[in-house]
Amino acid sequence: MRITQGCFSFLPDLTDEQISRQVQYCLENGWAVNIEFTDDPHPRNNFWEMWGLPMFDLRDAAGVMMELNQCRKAYGNSYIRLSAFDSSHGWESVRLSFIVNRPKEEPGFHLERHEVAGRNIRYTTKSYAADRPEGRRYG
Amino acid sequence: MDMDTADMTDTVNLREELEAVGIEEILTQLDRELIGLVPVKTRIREIASLLLIERIRKRLNLTSEVPTLHMSFTGNPGTGKTTVALRIASILHRLGFVRRGQVVSVTRDELVGQYIGHTAPKTKEVLKKAMGGVLFIDEAYYLHRPDNERDYGQEAIEILLQVMESQREDLVVILAGYGDRMDKFFASNPGFRSRIAHHIDFPDYSEPELLAIAELMLRDMNYKFSADAREAFIRYIALRKTQPLFSNARSIRNALDRMRLRQANRLVADLDRVLTADDIMSLEASDVLASRVFLRERSTAGSA
Repeated sequence: MRITQGCFSFLPDLTDEQISRQVQYCLENGWAVNIEFTDDPHPRNNFWEMWGLPMFDLRDAAGVMMELNQCRKAYGNSYIRLSAFDSSHGWESVRLSFIVNRPKEEPGFHLERHEVAGRNIRYTTKSYAADRPEGRRYG
Repeated sequence: MDMDTADMTDTVNLREELEAVGIEEILTQLDRELIGLVPVKTRIREIASLLLIERIRKRLNLTSEVPTLHMSFTGNPGTGKTTVALRIASILHRLGFVRRGQVVSVTRDELVGQYIGHTAPKTKEVLKKAMGGVLFIDEAYYLHRPDNERDYGQEAIEILLQVMESQREDLVVILAGYGDRMDKFFASNPGFRSRIAHHIDFPDYSEPELLAIAELMLRDMNYKFSADAREAFIRYIALRKTQPLFSNARSIRNALDRMRLRQANRLVADLDRVLTADDIMSLEASDVLASRVFLRERSTAGSA
């Protein structure tokens, strides 16, 4: 199951040129672009690993693409996302975030029904990938 | 000037091409604002022409290779290397060989780290900032320390070389430094020499050129020499040139700054005087002659 998080996730995967254009849009707005990766696709997993520091003061997307390609080389079979941080007063938060790399196979989620008092049911989603230990989830 | 709108006929009007990109304007500005440096200007003109042709060839599908644009500027201090680098960036930008046209000027400090594992991220950060523009490395020979084989400079050099080769379309690197030391630097790093297409040597300025530079600088600051001061300054240049640590236009700029200081002091000394705009603008001979440079002349003349 293809996970959908952040911008553009219902579209087909962006090509490198499209990613580069999006990054350029972020840079032209003065946002700092950051690269993060993870192998835990749960939507509530807020804390992805950072690939280096957020990139401030860049003028051209080529710098981000260079880092992204290095990140892909190291974690090519994980989820990688770019997030653009707007530091201007009043925003001071992430303005855009999108997935730029995903594992070849995404096993999807298991829905667990937890029967509790009365006839109530609590639901839990659990990624099949997360059954295996960190670092070995996508082969 | 947009590549897509150009029709794909086989005829090309060079004049229109040239006017469309507007580099002629930059080149004439270069001629006007930079005094002397004839070999440098000729070389830049050649490069600009080559790039213009290359741009047309690309549009006619005669070439797809990105030309190597990395350069090295060698010359004594104060010969205008940084100024020319800024101009080159805007020429390259207008011709579309760099996308953004910013110049990131760095020295060894900004590229080389202080401990193991510090250099690579530091160098990469600078490279990322320079992407789409020009990376100007001043006094590049400091990157290589032949006396210390464990120096982290070598690591920075390797990263630079790799990016210079693999991302030629993203970034232009200009190395600058004093002639003899750059020669040694290139000798010990043959990779650099072969990756750099244009070696440009900046000659020292002649005395009349230095005077012209001084007058240009003064005009920009809304000052002028009185006739006597001009004569005195011609003597000043001749004397200063023979002294050690002479750094061409930079020495001239410093000298002018000191003269402005003396002029201000002279004007303030007489508080009751009513000044005209002309008084405030002119540097007098006394402002020039108070320089330490003349001290030696006086003492040698006295002893002779």
